[in-house]
Amino acid sequence: MSFKIIASQCTQCGACEFECPSDAIEFKGESYVIERDKCTECEGAFDTQQCASVCPVPKTCVPA
Amino acid sequence: MPAPIVSLEALTSTTTFDQLLATEKSAGCTSPSCGSSEKPDDLDPVVWERIKDHPCFSEEAHHYFARMHVAVAPACNVQCNYCNRKYDCANESRPGVVSEKLTPDQALRKVIAVANEVPQLSVLGIAGPGDACYDWKKTKATFERVAREIPDVKLCISTNGLALPDRVAELADMNVDHVTITINMVDPEVGAKIYPWIFHGHRRYTGIEAARILHERQMLGLEMLSARGILTKINSVVIPAVNDEHLIEVNKWVKERGAFLHNVMPLISDPAHGTHYGLTGQRGPNATELKALQDRLEGGAKLMRHCRQCRADAVGLIGEDDGQEFTLDRIPTEVTYDASKREAYREVVAHERRDHMAARSKAIGMLKAAGSGRSLLVAVATKGGGRVNDHFGHAKEFQIYEASPRGITFVGHRKVEQYCLGGWGEKATLAAIIAALGGIDIVLCAKIGDCPKDQLADAGIRATDAYGHDYIETAVSALYAAELGVQPLAATA
Repeated sequence: MSFKIIASQCTQCGACEFECPSDAIEFKGESYVIERDKCTECEGAFDTQQCASVCPVPKTCVPA
Repeated sequence: MPAPIVSLEALTSTTTFDQLLATEKSAGCTSPSCGSSEKPDDLDPVVWERIKDHPCFSEEAHHYFARMHVAVAPACNVQCNYCNRKYDCANESRPGVVSEKLTPDQALRKVIAVANEVPQLSVLGIAGPGDACYDWKKTKATFERVAREIPDVKLCISTNGLALPDRVAELADMNVDHVTITINMVDPEVGAKIYPWIFHGHRRYTGIEAARILHERQMLGLEMLSARGILTKINSVVIPAVNDEHLIEVNKWVKERGAFLHNVMPLISDPAHGTHYGLTGQRGPNATELKALQDRLEGGAKLMRHCRQCRADAVGLIGEDDGQEFTLDRIPTEVTYDASKREAYREVVAHERRDHMAARSKAIGMLKAAGSGRSLLVAVATKGGGRVNDHFGHAKEFQIYEASPRGITFVGHRKVEQYCLGGWGEKATLAAIIAALGGIDIVLCAKIGDCPKDQLADAGIRATDAYGHDYIETAVSALYAAELGVQPLAATA
């Protein structure tokens, strides 16, 4: 279970990076990328996925 | 040393920098205005000291001092219907638009490069895209680095206010003395039409609940800033039929909570920008509607009328933007701060401003004494320094002044396309300029050709270059006197 970021739509604002409770998001090359192994979909930490809740572009931070 | 990226001649107000400095050195105490104050009469001296170099907080300062914005904090916690986060274009001039996002280290390099070349630089702002209080780590890192290298640059931020209450103590610790909060409503019902969602306390809120939380946080943040004596400017976007009437209420609320200045600015809306308002056909107010609203707000929280809604990476005097001269690829990798130009410029300005203030008081005194009920709307072509010093064909904007028995007040600006490019006047451009100058009685400029002058006259607008290089107020009062047939003031240099 993991979320992913659709690179072509990402504005590179980086809000997801510092909201992620699992330190799973990093800026790589042109876009922010969610590491599958680290992503917990915020289970146990928050009710909603932080990255998807803060992302300013609709349908850009979505279930992988 | 590398060649200056921007020539000083282009940046200084009336003449070349060296000439200005020479005038300053030689003038000594011979100036008739020596010893008079450079402070406007109606301002508390303590407040004046804090805003006199800040072009966004003082209309008077914006003739002399420059700001620069660095886009270091792109993350945002509020979605506004007038903002599209995807947008990025070097030709666009409006808030939130930026061509390159910077890391705090890159921002420091850019600030030093600008400070070395633009002596007018007095303010560093973080004004989007994103929210400086929400993307706080980057804001803080940038300010700490810059304050270490250039301690006398004023630091300021713009924020939507949602995360502001969490940052007020640290802002005060870092000597951030000027904060701008964008407040578009004090009624969540109105807010729900402007903000589709906010992100707060680890969750997304929508609708009236989102607007209510934002409103409460904005008021709390403003009160906390006022309690610490930090000067706060409120920006409100005028959205016709959504919040235009409501801004009268907003003005009352923010005045009660200690706001220093209220800046109502027109919604910029175009389908090509891809914003919600742009795509749904929500229009912005026209110049007449904006001025009518500003006039109704007079007497409440003090209004800012000289805002140009600049880009989030703007550099230079307000109304000008040399940001494209200072993109990262044009800045050397190693830069060392050299304070000499900024220091010399400050000396010149202190002298020039005393002189300007004296001329201004005299001009305003003349108007009040004339005792006529008439008012006159004057458009001025200026390159800065508070003087009539730009050619009609070179002006990218006209500053609008109203002369009446109450005095001479700056009431706004009108942006135009340059009429004269490469030595030739463009017919179509002139028509657009004449339209933009609707309602203006007289145009003042340093130089104007017969052809545009005649066409302006046909449209009922007189234009003259007779007051070229005078102080704006001196020129306006002389015009006013001429209109009324009373003895004009001798123009002072």
